[in-house]
Amino acid sequence: MEKKKDSRQKETLIKVLKYIKPYGGLMTIMIIMAVISVAFTLYLPVLTGKAVDLLKQAGEAGFWDDLFHLLKKMAVVILLTSLAQWIMSICNNKIVYNIIQDIRKKAFRRLEILPLKYVDAHSHGDIVSRVVADVDQFADGLLIGFTQLFTGIITILGTLGFMLSVNVGITIVVVVITPVSLLVASFIARKTFHMFRLQAKTRGEQTDLVNEMVGNQKVVQAFCREDETLKRFDEINGRLEKCSLRAIFFSSLTNPCTRFVNSLVYTGVGLTGALAVIRGGLSVGQLTCFLSYANQYTKPFNEISGVITELQNALACAARIFELIEEEPQIPDRENAVLLNGVQGKVDLTHVAFSYVPDKKLIENLNLYVTPGQRIAIVGPTGCGKTTIINLLMRFYDVDKGSIQVEGEDIRNITRKSLRTSYGMVLQDTWLKRGTIRENITFGKPDATEEEIVAAARKSHAHSFIRRLPDGYDTVIGEDGGSLSQGQKQLLCITRVMLSLPSMLILDEATSSIDTRTEIKIQKAFAAMMEGRTSFIVAHRLSTIQNADVILVMKDGHIIEQGNHNELLKKQGFYAELYNSQFALA
Amino acid sequence: MKELLLYLKDYKKETVLGPSFKLLEASFELIVPLVVASMIDVGIANDDKGYVIKMCLIMAALGVTGLVSSVTAQFFAAKAAVGFATRLRHALFEHIQSLSFSNMDHQGTASLITRMTSDINQLQSGVNMVLRLFLRSPFIVFGAMIMAFTVDVEAAFIFVVVIPLLALVVFGILLISIPLFGKVQGQLDQVLGTTRENLTGIRVIRAFGKEQDEIEKFDRQTDVLKQMQVMSAKISSLMNPVTYIIINGGLIWLIYTGALRVENGILTQGQVVALVNYMSQILVELVKLANLIITVTKAAACGNRVAAVFQIPAGMNQSVNQETGREREVDQGAGRGKKTSQDTGRKEAAAFGQTGEVCFDHVSMRYHEGGEEALTDISFQAGKGETIGIIGGTGSGKTSLVHLIPRFYDVEQGTVKVDGRDVRDYELPELRNKIGIVMQKAVLFKGTIRDNLLWGNEKASDEELWQALALAQAKEFVEQKDEKLDAFVEQEGRNLSGGQKQRLAIARALVKKPEILILDDSASALDYATDAKLRKALKDMEGDTTVFIVSQRASSLMHADKIIVLDDGAAAGMGTHRQLLESCEIYQEIYYSQYQKS
Repeated sequence: MEKKKDSRQKETLIKVLKYIKPYGGLMTIMIIMAVISVAFTLYLPVLTGKAVDLLKQAGEAGFWDDLFHLLKKMAVVILLTSLAQWIMSICNNKIVYNIIQDIRKKAFRRLEILPLKYVDAHSHGDIVSRVVADVDQFADGLLIGFTQLFTGIITILGTLGFMLSVNVGITIVVVVITPVSLLVASFIARKTFHMFRLQAKTRGEQTDLVNEMVGNQKVVQAFCREDETLKRFDEINGRLEKCSLRAIFFSSLTNPCTRFVNSLVYTGVGLTGALAVIRGGLSVGQLTCFLSYANQYTKPFNEISGVITELQNALACAARIFELIEEEPQIPDRENAVLLNGVQGKVDLTHVAFSYVPDKKLIENLNLYVTPGQRIAIVGPTGCGKTTIINLLMRFYDVDKGSIQVEGEDIRNITRKSLRTSYGMVLQDTWLKRGTIRENITFGKPDATEEEIVAAARKSHAHSFIRRLPDGYDTVIGEDGGSLSQGQKQLLCITRVMLSLPSMLILDEATSSIDTRTEIKIQKAFAAMMEGRTSFIVAHRLSTIQNADVILVMKDGHIIEQGNHNELLKKQGFYAELYNSQFALA
Repeated sequence: MKELLLYLKDYKKETVLGPSFKLLEASFELIVPLVVASMIDVGIANDDKGYVIKMCLIMAALGVTGLVSSVTAQFFAAKAAVGFATRLRHALFEHIQSLSFSNMDHQGTASLITRMTSDINQLQSGVNMVLRLFLRSPFIVFGAMIMAFTVDVEAAFIFVVVIPLLALVVFGILLISIPLFGKVQGQLDQVLGTTRENLTGIRVIRAFGKEQDEIEKFDRQTDVLKQMQVMSAKISSLMNPVTYIIINGGLIWLIYTGALRVENGILTQGQVVALVNYMSQILVELVKLANLIITVTKAAACGNRVAAVFQIPAGMNQSVNQETGREREVDQGAGRGKKTSQDTGRKEAAAFGQTGEVCFDHVSMRYHEGGEEALTDISFQAGKGETIGIIGGTGSGKTSLVHLIPRFYDVEQGTVKVDGRDVRDYELPELRNKIGIVMQKAVLFKGTIRDNLLWGNEKASDEELWQALALAQAKEFVEQKDEKLDAFVEQEGRNLSGGQKQRLAIARALVKKPEILILDDSASALDYATDAKLRKALKDMEGDTTVFIVSQRASSLMHADKIIVLDDGAAAGMGTHRQLLESCEIYQEIYYSQYQKS
């Protein structure tokens, strides 16, 4: 188990390196600069110490020459250090942001060619957070963590080296005491872990309640339940206060405690150092140098434990992103795929079989031959496969067996784009993008003129409500239509299709949220527009489909009845039953 | 933002004690370099081991007292910060609950929820950090300077130059980069939005063959994002090198001045070491201060977002209410207070109207100022026990009309009266307790079926609950559940079907035994047969409940005493089914779109 995790991490690391590779040059510069800046940072206290020692000779001959020489050296070291620091962080930023961009672009491109099957089966929030948050955290964590770890280790090693070269005894004091702060920090972290977990859980509970109550505030107010709700909120709030206080207080002990250990180190160095000076093994300047090392040496120790968890997090994020990027894309269009144009509307489904899950059969041996201009309506109970047929027609999913042909050409031999743009599609699940009403209407035809837009909106009966919006056609709507009603959103989706004038039409419960009177008017507009064009209509409202040329009654993935409205009524079958039920007790 | 500090007022003691102990700790820290200096100048210079050990013991003692005072400070800071956040959350939640429907529509629940949760969390850590560090860091910086003065005045002037210079650089860089960070965050939101849009709209985007356009759009957005990020990083990456140069430049200057002073016998070697130590303490503290400022700016941004919610006026606009209230007080003679006006209201109701009577008098309303009218000049009267049907197209104003009765929104012109009294003259709970409303979207809450039903009336007995369930045609499926009334309902009622949710929502309103019952398209998920049974049950209900039924199905309301046909916010017809079928063109259209002329 542990080994498997290790090898997965290694794999991820190798992939990460591939993304860093194009920036190898920058990376090398960055590492060199890191080494330079750390080395010089460590060298400065040595020079300062020497200067302090020199002060003893104040007034002696050559004192000022020596001092100036030393100060000049210090100035050069300081300038070089900051220059190296600056170049290092510029390189670091360039690498980080470029890699973020590279990965995001790659992920987004993959998103556009992923099969619908993947997107339908995965939570959208999860995919979004992979593309946005995970990429950020990965790049941040990896590169900042990496530089911190790297400079931290060089600092520790460098300090150790310098200290050893000056005095072994004091070095041992530092080396022995410092890890105590690490121990203290990890002890506190372990002890507070469950307090934080309790805090997170209580917070989750509270968010849940807020979500539920604020999200449905209208109901809360209608029933005058504000006080009771507030009482429940306060109960959780009180618990949250208690466990937050514990978690925050105990975790905030880390800093004072490590600082205390550091001051012990400092005192230890002071004591052993001062005694060494008195014994004559050390100069005062070297003691100052040691004291400033004592401060520097402990810092990376406090950081490193954090950095390691950060790096592990970064790798975990990277693994999640790579999962997305490496997901099997849809089968690409054939090289010699046909471009559909001048579609008449001949669509043939022969022996089609399909299922979403291999062992749960859905559509079996479906045959349907549509002649140009026919209106095909599909009815049937929930889950009978109506929407699935549309998924297949649009080639959102590929058939398992059999074939679908448009104008006699198997749709797998047609470019996806030309196949899909031959259809105008309106779904029950209305989708609008962020932007103005106009942008949404012209989605399929960006170069439409104002007259065309208004004409389309009039035909779909959307014009009157658009006109009433604050900025008319330029009203900006938020994500997923914002404040528009479901019916208004559907009207906009219909307008979008009306404008792009497709060769064939697919309406999947397209008018379900629109009142029957407007629906009939829209259908008249559809009928005029679809004159001589093939259309597929899915609806549960039977009034919607009565005028179709062919009504397919589906049940459990099969077509059980087929014919026009009158024929089917005469049959006294499933359709007739369905039809009559709506008048039963009216 | 400042008004939020109000919620700290119960923690005056903590907000004073926290920083004070922190200052105490800082003072101990500031003494350390002096101890080291005298260790060098006295102990080492005189080869006095005892003195050295004494000084080290003092240092250790300083460390211990530092630890104690710092732990105390952390405790007070944490207590104040957590208490502040708890009180703020309580106040914010209470405030959000009091927001009117139009304010809720305007705000959007998602943004209110983030403010309630993550924004307040950020604020909490902001307050915590401020209490811990905001005094400490400047104190150490200036304290180090003052200590330097006690060592040597002339050398200390270096500090006077270095510190403002540092402050200038640190604040300058922060001032430039904080707005840049904000912009980066905004651009990141764009990238996130596009990604999400491409997932939710995947079918439409592919149907229109717009994948390539979307990729180009995404690339443009990430390019802009990267440029912004690199730009802001360029500025903030100057921080470290520049402060390093300034501090260490000061160090060189300090050693030079020190050398001059030592040569003249004014300073000792140890004192120079102390000065050098003070300089490096400033450097360490400055880094902390910069981090603190970033946290505080973030917290301030969150604080502003929270404060903005508090600025939304709570509740309905009460001005009309108060004015009429006052007039009435004048009528009745002064000094009787609010209660009097309520009593008169009731008396009036008895005099002018029966219970359950609803009257619209030339009512107009609009949702946004400057927007089109949602309702125009609606007048009608609904008598006690009558059933009123409301029908009309999408967006014709059906829901707007019924939402005026419990005063979810205010009218712009005209009046809405319940029991003969203007709805604006009621205390909201008094008005809303008369009314049972079932909304378009059936909402249930996490808990048992009983919990949900008791929303209508806390004190209802099980028998009453079952009665309501039976009326709402929900008895059967509740009985089929093993736990009956105690069956668990998940959040939003996810474990129930649409029809079941609607029927429970209806039952919940019925438990209230309202004088006025409003069903806002709340039977849409029921099949025709159940819908019909429900209507029959409501008709046979005991007592004289006035029922409003909003529907798109003519069959749902053709038996109503009065049907109001709405078209574009105006009444296009009013009357019984028969009357309307003869006279109202729109009603005919609706009816025949559902029932073929035979």
